[in-house]
Amino acid sequence: MRKTCLDWVYKLARQDERVVFIGSDLSPGLLGEMRAEMPARWYMEGITEQNVVGMAAGMALEGYIPFANTIATFFSRRAFEQVAVDLCLHNLPVRLIANGGGLVYAPLGPTHLAIEDMAIMRALPNMTVVAVCDAEEMQRLMAASLDWPGPMYIRLAKGGDKVVSRAEHGFAIGRAITMRQSAERQPMVLMATGVMTTNALDAAEILAAAGHDVSVVHFHTVKPLDDAAVLRHARAASLVVTIEEGIAIGGFGSAVTDVLVEALGPAMPRMKRIALPDAFPKNYGLQKDLFEIYGLLPAQIAASVMAARGAFERAA
Amino acid sequence: MMASPALDERSRHLRRMAVRTLDKGERGHVGSTMSLIEILRVLYDDVLRFRADEPGWNGRDRMILSKGHGCIALYVLLADKGYFPVETLDSFCQRDSILGGHPEAAKIPGVEASTGALGHGLPIGLGMALAARMSGRDSRVFVVMGDGEINEGSVWEAALCAGKHGLGSLTAIIDYNKIQSAGPTREIQDLEPLADKWRAFGFTPVEVDGHDVAALRRVLRAAPVEPGRPTAVICHTVKGRGIPFAEHDPEWHHKAKLAPEIIAKMYQALE
Repeated sequence: MRKTCLDWVYKLARQDERVVFIGSDLSPGLLGEMRAEMPARWYMEGITEQNVVGMAAGMALEGYIPFANTIATFFSRRAFEQVAVDLCLHNLPVRLIANGGGLVYAPLGPTHLAIEDMAIMRALPNMTVVAVCDAEEMQRLMAASLDWPGPMYIRLAKGGDKVVSRAEHGFAIGRAITMRQSAERQPMVLMATGVMTTNALDAAEILAAAGHDVSVVHFHTVKPLDDAAVLRHARAASLVVTIEEGIAIGGFGSAVTDVLVEALGPAMPRMKRIALPDAFPKNYGLQKDLFEIYGLLPAQIAASVMAARGAFERAA
Repeated sequence: MMASPALDERSRHLRRMAVRTLDKGERGHVGSTMSLIEILRVLYDDVLRFRADEPGWNGRDRMILSKGHGCIALYVLLADKGYFPVETLDSFCQRDSILGGHPEAAKIPGVEASTGALGHGLPIGLGMALAARMSGRDSRVFVVMGDGEINEGSVWEAALCAGKHGLGSLTAIIDYNKIQSAGPTREIQDLEPLADKWRAFGFTPVEVDGHDVAALRRVLRAAPVEPGRPTAVICHTVKGRGIPFAEHDPEWHHKAKLAPEIIAKMYQALE
């Protein structure tokens, strides 16, 4: 996904002279072809993230479309004020390519885990927040990104992610995709973002084997959220479950809840949010290990869905 | 350094406009505004290429007031040059005004970037200078910063990069009045040796009396001093300059609700 994203920066740069790449201190040889072909539009500025974001803003004020790239937390934590003031207040078309969204950097520990980035970024006026589910969908996002008017936070997954998106679903920033439509009259609906959509689809298979036909809706764009899709699915749902690779406070599930509470009030469906707790992760290992600790593996998601359904049925 | 020359009528006139703005807005950063007047006056009178009736003219030089709290001085110059009517100054900080306590690019003709949070102007100016280089424009970029402001690490990140890129079109101007909000810079966060710091980051430093119009003209017109190197103009200034009872006094960094008799005394000092 990361490679696809960066390859597309080069591709877009060949199409459009406004496209510029700015990295911090990334892998040697990164975008080497772009560097060789258009050295004036390839920058590697070292570990100066505040400067990278401000510099991107300066270029965007002059009509360029900078794609800035560093580790997710260095945008969301280190350079937050530059993101807020230089990019969002000025509403500039700078794209932040955020490496290691969520729990990707599991072995590196909590300094590198982007667990609250979605909450932070979606709180900013004018910011668009996207987390596609695989490399093919990344291509569709990048193609659509060029003329998107304001700043955009692009959360990257680990890479080598299973491809579940399909071209026939189409792609538009801000529009959710129904990946699996239940035939039930009042189905359980799983709503997910990023690679959690893949886990949600696998969970749906497990649930199907147990006789439960659930819908899965993929929100590659967390902001602007596709409110209409949330409501369309939620109105008929017996249970809505949101799944995300980040903390619950202010994250994707929180965004969905906001829509449901505002639009449906007491008529909103039963809801369960699967997300990280309000704590810094204490373990290392692989991303998958942390998925297991936080109940984000497909079988765990399926079990949580059934437990939530059971709990609500007992309460009713 | 020799004593600053006396303020001429234009400098006093611009300061009277600043007092008018402070009075009508009932607040403002007095000390920071007064130390900046000659720097901005010389930039707008003698250095910058711009078209007040066409603020977006692409061939213009870019000027970013990174110490956004000194905005009254900028508003006065922009009004004086005709970017907006002088009467607009009277709306300073009022509910529907375009002129807030920090300048916003989306609202005010002639303002290149919204500033206020410190340490943002130099990275943005660096990006603008690189953009000019990429598009083959010969626009220059001037970024005016406060001495307290350059405590910010982001300033030095951008300085490293500007040095690396050899951006002769970029000039950093430091309003070195030696007093930050909490007290003297020497006590709060000593900047010395300041010229050496800029030189070490790849800039060519120049020191000048920031109230000496002729000297400022000479220095700012000459930028870049060395081709292929950004310039740092360290302007030795007096916080509150022109208002004797406010000069060198950290208490005058920001004031609100100045009594009519104080305003009268300020005007009196600027006759």
